[in-house]
Amino acid sequence: MRTRHAGAATLAALTALTLAACGGGEVGGGGEETGSGSDSGGDSIKIGIKYDQPGLGYQDGSEYTGFDVDVATYVADKLGYSADQIEWVEAPSANRETMLQTGQVDMIFATYSITDERKEQVAFAGPYFIAGQDLLVAEDNTDITGPEELEGKNLCSVTGSTSAQRIKDEYAEGVQLVERPGYAECVTALTAGQVDAVTTDDIILAGLAAQPANQGKVKVVGNPFSEENYGVGLPQDNDRCEDINTAIQEMIDDGSWEKAVTSNTEGTGYTPNADLNPPKPDACA
Amino acid sequence: MGDFLSQFAELFANYDVLGAFWVNIQLTFWAAIFSLILGTVLALMRISPIASLQWAGTAYVNILRNTPLTIIMTFMFLAVWTQLQIRMSDDFATNFFRFAVIGLTVYHAAFVCEAIRSGVNTVPLGQAEAARAIGLPFLPAARLIILPQAFRGAIAPLGNTLIALLKNSTVAAAASVSTETSTLMREMIESNSDLIYAIFMTFAIGFVILVIPIGLLTTYLSNRLAVRR
Amino acid sequence: MSSQHSVLFDAPGPRARRRIALGNVVGALVVLGIAALVVAELARKGQLSWDLWGPVFTASAWQDYFIPGLQNTLRAAGFAIVGAVVFGLVFGAGRLARSRTVRWASGVVVEFFRAVPVLLMMIFFWLLLGFNRIGTEPAFLAVVIALILYNGSVIAELVRSGVGNLPKGQSEAGLAVGLTGGQTLRSIQLPQALIAMLPALVSQLVVVLKDTALGQIITYDELLRAAQIFGNGNGNNLQTLTIAALVFIVINWALTSVARWLSRYLSGRTSGATAAGPGIGNPTVVAGKPGGPGNAIAATGDPSAM
Repeated sequence: MRTRHAGAATLAALTALTLAACGGGEVGGGGEETGSGSDSGGDSIKIGIKYDQPGLGYQDGSEYTGFDVDVATYVADKLGYSADQIEWVEAPSANRETMLQTGQVDMIFATYSITDERKEQVAFAGPYFIAGQDLLVAEDNTDITGPEELEGKNLCSVTGSTSAQRIKDEYAEGVQLVERPGYAECVTALTAGQVDAVTTDDIILAGLAAQPANQGKVKVVGNPFSEENYGVGLPQDNDRCEDINTAIQEMIDDGSWEKAVTSNTEGTGYTPNADLNPPKPDACA
Repeated sequence: MGDFLSQFAELFANYDVLGAFWVNIQLTFWAAIFSLILGTVLALMRISPIASLQWAGTAYVNILRNTPLTIIMTFMFLAVWTQLQIRMSDDFATNFFRFAVIGLTVYHAAFVCEAIRSGVNTVPLGQAEAARAIGLPFLPAARLIILPQAFRGAIAPLGNTLIALLKNSTVAAAASVSTETSTLMREMIESNSDLIYAIFMTFAIGFVILVIPIGLLTTYLSNRLAVRR
Repeated sequence: MSSQHSVLFDAPGPRARRRIALGNVVGALVVLGIAALVVAELARKGQLSWDLWGPVFTASAWQDYFIPGLQNTLRAAGFAIVGAVVFGLVFGAGRLARSRTVRWASGVVVEFFRAVPVLLMMIFFWLLLGFNRIGTEPAFLAVVIALILYNGSVIAELVRSGVGNLPKGQSEAGLAVGLTGGQTLRSIQLPQALIAMLPALVSQLVVVLKDTALGQIITYDELLRAAQIFGNGNGNNLQTLTIAALVFIVINWALTSVARWLSRYLSGRTSGATAAGPGIGNPTVVAGKPGGPGNAIAATGDPSAM
């Protein structure tokens, strides 16, 4: 009997060891950034971004690219954090407030629209960009110029977003809607001709259109029908808001903002709404 | 309490919970029929004397049984519909429903095949010998003697496969069937987070109510139809 | 396989051998024909081009996507199977307890979690943990908890039927030397039942591994999601999903082989019935009678493993 028990205990111990040895992986990210963070010795800053929006916040192998990333890097630099002191964290739309409130991130640059509802839970600096809901269609499509023409067409959007519902409710009742967890899947369906349009904020669409795989196949319609103010999400008890606004203003003034927009939307024919951009950061609360 | 009940009633008025379960039942119904057909064909292939068919049947079962259903469903949407541009219907809802049925069918057919094969193994050697002794060739022997007994012996594992199929029909969410239970439950919880326990229990008990009768029926049938030996 | 031949067929005579050979050729042609059709159709749609397959075989694809994804899959599966064994032992013993209340309560818990789809549990725990801000990885925790509850319940049934399948003399001998019922269960019945269950446990690991892929739906970065993220970036989902599926198939096939070997190896070493499960989920009869020798695990287990 003893030996049987000992055997079971050994088995359990072995399993535990195997588990301990086998840590979690980080999909799309190299393990390098944590290493370099500790090497530099200084404090690091945790910034939440999207991982799946090319042109805004995107993981390309172990690199992070996009407009949000560029702005975040610039702002962090002004706050005294060099690029290798930044620890990027994925901030999916549904978890952003939570991540700020629980201190999982210090700030968020993730196509985060400033709304009164969100302001009850978190603070915002910025806006650093003003986007609008728009449509992405195939390059050779000429009959869809706005949301009204979607009647009877096939539309793709992400699960849980209000943008598709807005079209159904306000513009085209007879639109056929498919929802997927990520925008990229929608664009793949669009380039394959299985849907006629993809909808969300114009700069997100532009970033998707700029992907090497999609270039020359899709275009942004360029007729935005809403106004989204992208802000920097912060915990409510922060002392960084003023500094971030100053940094954003500097970025706009010294031309880096313009350069970041251009380089991240290159080849899409997309230009931000010039009446609203570049925006003037709001006063901090 | 009264407040809770009225909130709960309002929730049911706003969301079509029964309709969502109905979608899962329909998915299960069609996938059950098709996977029973495909699974029987595969089982016949595996027990036939023809080596190439045996090999093909075995390969199918080993590949499909070891692939996660979620991958098959995602594959239906991303690879078959999007990338290969195959359409089952111009209407989105019908299109994705049919893809989900196909995905569920190809996956569960592997288990139906194994269930039937295990049923075949409950048939004693003497039965096949007797069939041959009276001069029946392979197919008539299979049709008249082996399979009727095999299906009876396979009722318990087939019932378990049906229960698994019903529960797995929730994975149709990965093939963009947006009206079934797991998607609706998520939507309901996301917009009524204070009722999260009540909403989950509603859906969970719904499945318990569907699963238990299948289990009882399976046990009853397998006891009643078992070939006494 | 060969054992089945003897069940269904006589040794074929010359005429039958010719017919079988002919059938073999026709069958092979049909199977190869279907395969060729699929390949031709894929080629016609340009799916065999190196532009689509090439990215899958780069170092970055594996370093940054497939391997980290697989690590996450294995991590979730590892925690889940250990948790499920603990859960299964507790509730399996609960179903064998002397007290009727304990038996009944364990039964309700086990039957409940076996009837509820794992995906619903995952979504529920994911949102619950998220809303209440518990843990830094709600998706990982939700995957593990849901898998523990479901597979633990299946294992509880395995424990019960494993003990039920032991010869009665084992518990009688325990009682005869003066052990109490609980001591007999702990020191005599469970150890033997556990050894007998090992193959079924390994088979259950296949179920756990496959079900971790459900984590994709709640944004857990496991292998499938990694393949999908990578595939979306390159427009080659068909190719990346195929690779992910192959990885699962190889691992699960290896596990199934281990289970078969274990069940052969152990069958002479315990008085319990050793059988690998079918790997679909509910290997036991749901409205279960305590497993007699004819219960469904034995019935669905691969016959070549018995």
